[in-house]
Amino acid sequence: MINKIVQSMADAMAGIRDGSTVLIGGFGAVGQPDQLIEALIEQGAKDLTCVANNAGTGRVGLAKLMELGRVRKIICSFPRSAGSVVFEDLYRAGKLELEIVPQGTMAERMRAAGAGVPAFFTATSVGTILAHGKEEREFNGRRYVMEHALKGDVALVEAWEGDRWGNLTYRASGRNFNPVMAMAADLTIAQVSHLRELGELVPENVHTPGIFVHRVIQVDRGPDWA
Amino acid sequence: MPGTQEGHMQGFDRKGMAARLAQDIPEGWYVNLGIGIPTMVGDYVPLDREVIFHSENGILGMGPAPAKDKIDPWLVNAGKQPVTLRPGGSYCHHADSFAMIRGGHIDLCVLGAFEVAQNGDIANWATSENDTAPAVGGAMDLGAGAKRLWVIMEHTTKDGRPKLVEACAYPLTTPRAVKRVYTNLGVFEIVPEKGFVVVDLAPGVTLEQAQAASGAVLHTQ
Repeated sequence: MINKIVQSMADAMAGIRDGSTVLIGGFGAVGQPDQLIEALIEQGAKDLTCVANNAGTGRVGLAKLMELGRVRKIICSFPRSAGSVVFEDLYRAGKLELEIVPQGTMAERMRAAGAGVPAFFTATSVGTILAHGKEEREFNGRRYVMEHALKGDVALVEAWEGDRWGNLTYRASGRNFNPVMAMAADLTIAQVSHLRELGELVPENVHTPGIFVHRVIQVDRGPDWA
Repeated sequence: MPGTQEGHMQGFDRKGMAARLAQDIPEGWYVNLGIGIPTMVGDYVPLDREVIFHSENGILGMGPAPAKDKIDPWLVNAGKQPVTLRPGGSYCHHADSFAMIRGGHIDLCVLGAFEVAQNGDIANWATSENDTAPAVGGAMDLGAGAKRLWVIMEHTTKDGRPKLVEACAYPLTTPRAVKRVYTNLGVFEIVPEKGFVVVDLAPGVTLEQAQAASGAVLHTQ
């Protein structure tokens, strides 16, 4: 019997190695796997490259992981926002590498990794400093830059429902980066608000098929997110 | 048309700018509104004119802000403010959402800007080459991918420097992308090989005043 449901955060985090690239879902707080990030902090892996849309806020979650010195590099589209104090301090002190990627390019780089596409061309960033050093080609009279697939060793995603085969659904705008991150990593760990029996999810409405998901753990997100 | 009531200032206030731009969005367009003044444009498109708003975090058919007791924490716009979904609206993941943008399916994108040049260059993400950690978000995808890019912004900076310029000094977001600029002083079309052409001026604003506040020539047709 296939059973991807794990009962403890220690089991969920088992085997995450130092030096891993970790994809972290969410757009701001929505769809962000807070409990898995806390568990990664507990687990202890260091020298991490983290891929997330934002570079953390306050002193919890991703910001705490960075403050503990466990993150070597962050890849994101929007590092500086209200409350990104830890990022700004570490970055200014030269203790954190940063790669800024346009948001759509970031999503597409992970989708490409999940789909076995090593690189692709896009018009986004042509003629800007973010295209510096990148191969350019012209197709049908328009210039494009080459972008490489972005693969994770681990993806931490947040979903609304999940079953023991790893099928996931998301709620409203909580979907965001989670499905592309789920497909782009060797080890995808999903925290879900609700576990469902196999067959209970409507097949037409499964957003992430279980083939992309390796571990599922139920979490209590609290009344605000019910 | 709302305009400023302050005696010392002429032209549109921010609401007036948003309302003026909203007049030019026809029914049936798929529209992405950037953060800040662009978001206000949505308030001035009447609900019976079916314009479909897209938010890059995976919402198509976004509706106005909810009443305080109707907030759904799972439903925010690109500025992370609570929003609603209109009947007929749908959700998608980030790669599909940006496929709508990068694949040329969005009819109009409205962004704010630091500078717009007379050739259509837009600078709106970094304030200098030395700003090593600026936030680009989806601006470069929208600039390169939307069918049309309109900018809505104050005509000058807070200290009076022009934002309509011959060439951008700040790092570009997208070259040759802007088609129109809506400011507190008027509406300006960018015409290839020519530059800024006045579409109309805000109430009480003269061409001389608009020209004096600009860093590039304003043509009249």
